[in-house]
Parts: sequence; C-alpha cells; structure tokens
Amino acid sequence: MVNDRKGTLDRREVVKAILDRRGDALVVTGLGSSCYDCGVHDHPNTFYLWGAMGAAAMMGLGLALAQPKRRVIVVTGDGEMLMGLGSLATIGAQQPDNLSIVVMDNELYAETGMQPTHTARGVSLSGMAKAASFALAETVYTQAELERGIDALYRQRGPVLLDIKVSNKRYPMSIRMRDGAHIKNRFRESLLGQQAFD
Amino acid sequence: MKSESPPRLWPADIYNTLKKLNVEQVAYVPDAGHTQLILDCQADAAMKTVSLTTEQEGVAMLSGAWLGGQRGALLMQSSGAGNCINMLSLAQECRFPLLMLITMRGEWGEFNPWQLAMGQTTQTILEQSGCVVERADRAEEVGEVVFAGGQMAFSTNRPVAILIGQRVIGFKDWSK
Repeated sequence: MVNDRKGTLDRREVVKAILDRRGDALVVTGLGSSCYDCGVHDHPNTFYLWGAMGAAAMMGLGLALAQPKRRVIVVTGDGEMLMGLGSLATIGAQQPDNLSIVVMDNELYAETGMQPTHTARGVSLSGMAKAASFALAETVYTQAELERGIDALYRQRGPVLLDIKVSNKRYPMSIRMRDGAHIKNRFRESLLGQQAFD
Repeated sequence: MKSESPPRLWPADIYNTLKKLNVEQVAYVPDAGHTQLILDCQADAAMKTVSLTTEQEGVAMLSGAWLGGQRGALLMQSSGAGNCINMLSLAQECRFPLLMLITMRGEWGEFNPWQLAMGQTTQTILEQSGCVVERADRAEEVGEVVFAGGQMAFSTNRPVAILIGQRVIGFKDWSK
C-alpha cells in the first residue's frame, strides 16, 4: 500500500512555528534533520540527540516524569520514531499528561540517501499512537491543521502525538554543538541551576 | 542436587538501597528474580515505576530522568543486556549516570539452553559497551554491591551494571 498524499509543509517553517511558542517547555530532538531544524533556534533547554536512534520519545518520557509541571516536547523524524515504536505503547500505558511528540514526517531516511520509510507505504504513526491510547494523535497536512496541532501540543492533556507531513526538501546542518556531555550539562544547568552539579 | 529455596531478603535490601540512593524512577522489563522488588517499588508513592516493551527504552528514559533532575534504576534479566547495546552509546557519549540491576540467567545450573548465549556474554557485552560491571554472588552482599554501584553511577556520571548471580536467585531443579 502506498500513501499517495504527499507532504508539502516546509520543515523549517513548521519547527519555527512550534518553537516560537515554547515558553518554558523542555525540548528533546531526535537525530538527523530534526536536530538541525531545532538547532536553528538553539536554546539551553533543548537536548539534541546526534545518535542513539529510537531514544527520543523515551527520553521525553523520563524528562516528563521528572518535571511534571513543565511541558516536554519531543521533535523527531519518522525513521527515528519507527525505530522506537515500542515506546508508543510504553507512553500510552503511562499516560504522561505533559508529554507531546512531534514527528517531522518526510517519509524518508534523509541522512542515509532518501530511502522511503514505512510511512511512505501506508503505515500511520498517528494511527499507532491512537491505538496506544494517546490522548490525542493526528496526522497534519495543511497549515490550518498545523495551527490547531501546535495549540494542542502545548495545551491539550498528553500524551499527544502530531505526525506532520513535510516536504522532502533537505536543509544543511545548523547547530555544530555535538558533544553529548556538554549538551547534557548545559541543559541541566539551565533547568536545575547549581543542583545540576550536586 | 536438591532444589534450594533460600530466604529472599535481598530484594528488600535492594529496595532499601534504592531509597537510600534517592532513586525516584524505576524502569523494568519483568524478570522472576525482580518480582518482589517491582512490587515494592510499585507500592511506593514516591517512586514512578514504568514497564517497558524492551530494555533499551529504559536506557533512554533514565537519561531523560537525569536531564530533569531525577535518579533512576533499570531492572532487567541478563537476556535484555544485548538489547541495550546501541542505546548505551547515549550514556557513554553524554556521561549519563545509569544504574542497571540485572538478574542473571544462563549460568549456575541453568536448564534452558537458549539462555546461555546471552547469559555467558552479558558481562563482556556490557563492559565493551562502556559499563562498569560489578557482581553480587551471595544474597547477603546484594544490598551493599547495589549501594556501591549506585554511588559510583551517580557520583561519577557513568553507566554501572550490577549482575545478580543466578546462584543468588535460586536453583531450578530440572531432574524430575
């Protein structure tokens, strides 16, 4: 089965619209394009994954449980989400009300040569999240759906998943900060102050 | 050899040690050896217990917990260690602390041949993946080994795995 409807939204514009509203939200990115998209709007309360494919959603869960008063936004790609599909079940079972997951879905493994992912072949990540008891899970194709979706990311009881269909346009890397220990320490110091080094 | 049924005080020792270490998130893939510990943690309102579909989820989750200022512990059976290999790059690259409590299969008196492949390689695989590995082979030492490992993990920001020997967990007599 092939998904005939293609994404047209621009990934950098989508991520800008999401992060413009971040306020005190905490952000975890998946590796690859979503890391670079968020890097354009660098913030100490963003943790960038450059590896550990499949980790993003579960890092978001641990962070959301540790910081129940803050909204946690995971921004990742379709390939990264597909590698951690079990985490949709774990998060659905746990029902964290402050966790939202954004999948920037270009239906491609862009880093490795633009091979199609399963989302190009009829697999619906929002359908899977719905089946895993997410409070809200939607596929987003249009600007109007995106605007409603961004509102839900910040205001709707979680867990929320937005599968945002974006075009296959590739952008260059943005952020060059890739030392994991530094990214972690910067995040913790920003969030926890001196307690980060207790 | 007769089937042993030792008094199982060590799971409570681990629970008390996790409290002393200020562990607030406990992620697990169930193992028979961790049955009592999982129940004790679930009964504690100050602990968040999360059942995982695969052990590697726990490595990522507890890294997120640490980002948010909480300490965690990951419970699994030795067969789950291999599932964690690539995800352990997260702990190694970012210097995330990680306390893994692993009940062993595939060693002392094992009857199921399918357990040996992973049980016999657990320690090597974890060490090759950047973990400090400690073993507890006597019930009475489990608590202190976990405490020492926890202190190392959370004070030096490194992944530490505690292997709880199959001899501690109990011998299953396969002769009858």
